[in-house]
Amino acid sequence: MRSITRRKFLATSAAGAAVATAAGFMGNVRFARADDEIVIASLFDQSGGLDVYGTPMTMCATLAVEEINAAGGLLGKKLRLISYDPQSNMELYAQYAQEAALKEKVAVVQGAITSASREVIRPILGENKTMLWYSVIYEGGVCDMNNVVSGATPLQMGDPVVEYGMKNYGKKVYYIGADYNAPQIIGDWGKKYVTENGGEWLAKNLFPLDVTEFGPEISKIQAAKPDFLYTCLVGGAHISFYRQWAAAGMLKKIPMVSFTFGVGNEHKSLKPEECDGIVSAQPYFQELETDANKAFVQRFQDRFGGPDKAPYLNSVGSGSYIGTWFWAEAVKKAGTIEREAVLKALATGMSWDGPSGKLTVDPASMHCIQDVHLAKVEGGSWKVFQTIPQMRPDDVKDRCDLTKNPETAEQFTPQI
Amino acid sequence: MTGLLASGWKFDPNRHGTWAVAGTMIVLLFVLPVLEDPLLLLQVRYYVSMIILALSMAVIWGFGGIMCFGQSMFFGLGGYAYAIAVGNIGESTAPFFLSMIIPAIFAAILGYFMFFGRLNDVYVAVITLAVTLALYYFINSTSGDEYKIGKARLMGFNGISSIRKFNWPGDPKSFLTANELFYFSMGLLLATYLGLKVLLGSKFGRVVVAVKENELRAELLGYDVRAYKLAVFVIGAAIAGLAGCLSINYKNFISPNAFHLALAAQIIMWVLVGGVGTLFGPIVGCVVLLYVSFILGTGAASGGGMNTYFIFGLIVMIFVLVIPQGIVPTIRDWREQIGRYRRMIGGGLLSLSDQLPAGHGEGMRNLAERLIGLMKSESGPAPGAGTKG
Amino acid sequence: MDLVGIQIIQVLSGIATLALMGAGLAVIFGMMRVINFAHGEFMMLGGYVVIVCTEQLGINLWVAMLIIAPIFVGLVGLVFERILIRFLYGRMIDTLIATWGLSLFLIGVITWIFGNVTKGVQTPLGSYSFGDYSEKTYTLVMIAFTIIIYIAIFAVLRRTKLGLIARGTMQNPNQASCLGISPPRVYMITFAIGAALTGLAGAILAPLNTVIPTIGVSYVAQAFITVITGGAAAFTGTVLASGVFGTVRQIISFEWTPILGQVFLLITAVILLRIFPTGITGRFFRRST
Repeated sequence: MRSITRRKFLATSAAGAAVATAAGFMGNVRFARADDEIVIASLFDQSGGLDVYGTPMTMCATLAVEEINAAGGLLGKKLRLISYDPQSNMELYAQYAQEAALKEKVAVVQGAITSASREVIRPILGENKTMLWYSVIYEGGVCDMNNVVSGATPLQMGDPVVEYGMKNYGKKVYYIGADYNAPQIIGDWGKKYVTENGGEWLAKNLFPLDVTEFGPEISKIQAAKPDFLYTCLVGGAHISFYRQWAAAGMLKKIPMVSFTFGVGNEHKSLKPEECDGIVSAQPYFQELETDANKAFVQRFQDRFGGPDKAPYLNSVGSGSYIGTWFWAEAVKKAGTIEREAVLKALATGMSWDGPSGKLTVDPASMHCIQDVHLAKVEGGSWKVFQTIPQMRPDDVKDRCDLTKNPETAEQFTPQI
Repeated sequence: MTGLLASGWKFDPNRHGTWAVAGTMIVLLFVLPVLEDPLLLLQVRYYVSMIILALSMAVIWGFGGIMCFGQSMFFGLGGYAYAIAVGNIGESTAPFFLSMIIPAIFAAILGYFMFFGRLNDVYVAVITLAVTLALYYFINSTSGDEYKIGKARLMGFNGISSIRKFNWPGDPKSFLTANELFYFSMGLLLATYLGLKVLLGSKFGRVVVAVKENELRAELLGYDVRAYKLAVFVIGAAIAGLAGCLSINYKNFISPNAFHLALAAQIIMWVLVGGVGTLFGPIVGCVVLLYVSFILGTGAASGGGMNTYFIFGLIVMIFVLVIPQGIVPTIRDWREQIGRYRRMIGGGLLSLSDQLPAGHGEGMRNLAERLIGLMKSESGPAPGAGTKG
Repeated sequence: MDLVGIQIIQVLSGIATLALMGAGLAVIFGMMRVINFAHGEFMMLGGYVVIVCTEQLGINLWVAMLIIAPIFVGLVGLVFERILIRFLYGRMIDTLIATWGLSLFLIGVITWIFGNVTKGVQTPLGSYSFGDYSEKTYTLVMIAFTIIIYIAIFAVLRRTKLGLIARGTMQNPNQASCLGISPPRVYMITFAIGAALTGLAGAILAPLNTVIPTIGVSYVAQAFITVITGGAAAFTGTVLASGVFGTVRQIISFEWTPILGQVFLLITAVILLRIFPTGITGRFFRRST
């Protein structure tokens, strides 16, 4: 057996430590930042299960940054976007958020798709005083000065669509959704609305995200005989519900409204016979007929390969375009990228007009008051038929008032 | 400590390696904070928690021979135990220990069920897989209000966030600073690594390895293999739980993803890539694979192109074909092989130099002796005297 | 009464789904002891073949599903057997990693080619009425297919020379090679057939589920648990295990929630393995295929 000399021990460990430190350091050394540029980061999954959302979001952020630069930059400086791909992995979300805040020292992070991932990075970015902008539809309740939310909340989107259902189809409502926090809360809000307006809430059934077999549930729904079905299904596996529902002949028998249909481009994956007639209320549809939106869609499709290759834009994908541009406008208003000043500018109740309509910041919650549109699926596309202007994000108004308590930094669960 | 070692008790076959690794850790412990790079410290803390997880699998599988397909469940249980306990108690010392005790208890029950039922390898793998999945599904579905333990809600898919970090024992308000957390993590890593080495060098450890090598023989020699397997399983689970607790202190949050099959598969990969049957190997495998997946996701171009799955899959497949035992054993093999070649060549040169007339071949003899690894001194020791240092 | 009838059909469909998913794996793992972690991805490939054929090439759905998909996935399996699996026979753990790498690779390739939005396959054959309930006709078709496939497997294995050769080689390769059979060739063909069966399963299930690159992940665990609990007699075991698990899951899913259904499936697996440590066919039907 070879024995150890003190010399050998010290030498080997010093060598080992040096290598390890060097590797760590090298990993952390990046090119120095040019003085005339502003750096922002995007944190959306472009691989793993969530890339159907993350890829268009990253593309929209990229487009926004390019447009801003083409118009002369931000405060005279070039805007540069670092796109991280957390690969649908929470650990990487945390790591990239830390990297963006501590190493790259970005001015803002356009980030996170699911609430789970947002809740990972929100405290990290808050601690490190880097602004977070969340632009995805979610269950509501975030109350954090550092986290501006342009995504719509259940109160903004859920009530209009349930109201439509009750007015047009009847009072008995059956709800199914994905089994996690957002659809739970959306269901609870739905129940509140229905019972307060004289309706009957028959059931709230939730399914894990990877369930593909809905046969038993479809039979249960038929047994319950609702006037309409309210769905909040999410993700690729859940598309099979719509397919099985139509195959069982139910699409024509029981009407359906949905909180989330379309957000995963379901209407593009399904044939028209499988989904025509479904109604949803969302802040954005690619088919919105406004000039601003038509121009935006045109620019997006030109940039990313034409109408056949560019991804379809829904309210999730377009969110990062809105988020990036709105933030840029706030920077212009504040005259600096410094976080406190930008937040203050936004908190004056600043408004911005974008492809989805007008958004106005609500200083008490740092969410956006925004237009919501009702649309019905026809021939595989959305047909928008009504716009409800400036819905307020009052989900947790009873507990969240950042004008009075600006130090709050948590996500409340609405008490319904 | 030296007394213990001097008692003839083998520490491990590669003492040099162990000291090198431990030494590296100690050096890093002192050097890194001096660099004043908080991001580096944070990242190291993350890697440390994952390395501890890899070590837990290394023990259970590499040394215990138990193919536990769901090591992530102990990681998750430890994490959730800490989160729920700290949410209820408000102080972190007890939860810290709970994060190791609860997975250990769970492992004890599950292990008793499996090992005392004499289930063989494949079935152990399937059962651990099934239990991990069941836990994953279960925790995922707890997003409703009704799921809470004491004051802490389980929060389902979203996971529990904003969890209290470690504080100095007895003083709930004095949280550890970032630097102190770093010292704590590295210290735990060192303790775990050395502790495992001691354990594996002890009588208990060697019986465990014997059970892995040939269960029937160990049983016939009179050891209760079921109890030894159970013990290793429980120890590995406790360590994994510790990793879970540490990982919370890094990222401040725990979610059902901790139970996910993807993490379980990753842990297996770390050990496989690094080398089954070593402790250093899984450390290397863990760091390498984590780093690769980190790099692949930075600055990725938007839309299309080579994506991470594609590259990772290619790497793994090529790896299996070319370096199937894992990095560390392969490097050891190379070194041995090189050593053999050196000695071969050296021996050949030596005999060649003996043939030459006297006075010539001095240089050749020197070279030969160097190759064989002999030290040359004035008096010229006889070959085979070896080195004493 | 209608409800009971519908439930029976659903239980049958649950059993059939598991059995279908397990057929290819029963060949590859049950017979060859190769752990194929890419099992779910082979199914996913089968689904994609159907989509490409029907959407872009205009081929008839049934032809695409029953003929083209198995052939294509069988060929893919053949290719990977030659370049990857062949070197790893007998090394169970190494095949585990290798096929895990393969599964990631396949997901990456498909995502690269197709992106993440695909038009799925519409469920053919519409619906029928069962008293008050509408059910999709395709479920019955799927059940029928599964039964036919298994009858075919048993027939081939028990009654044909090919089946005899396959079983013999798996049992004792040395003996088989003494008799003039080349075990590597048999392995190659068997793996390809296993892959083809898996592709067929994926194709048949495609109209019922969506086909996205990551759908394999939800198939793999269930398939493995079913086949392994089945035990040494791969096919009989898979059928029996599917019977037990499918029934448990569908009934619990209907009475309570699908999560409980999944959880109960897993708990049943654990209990079964505890009672029958070598799988169901370690105890019953030991001498069957």
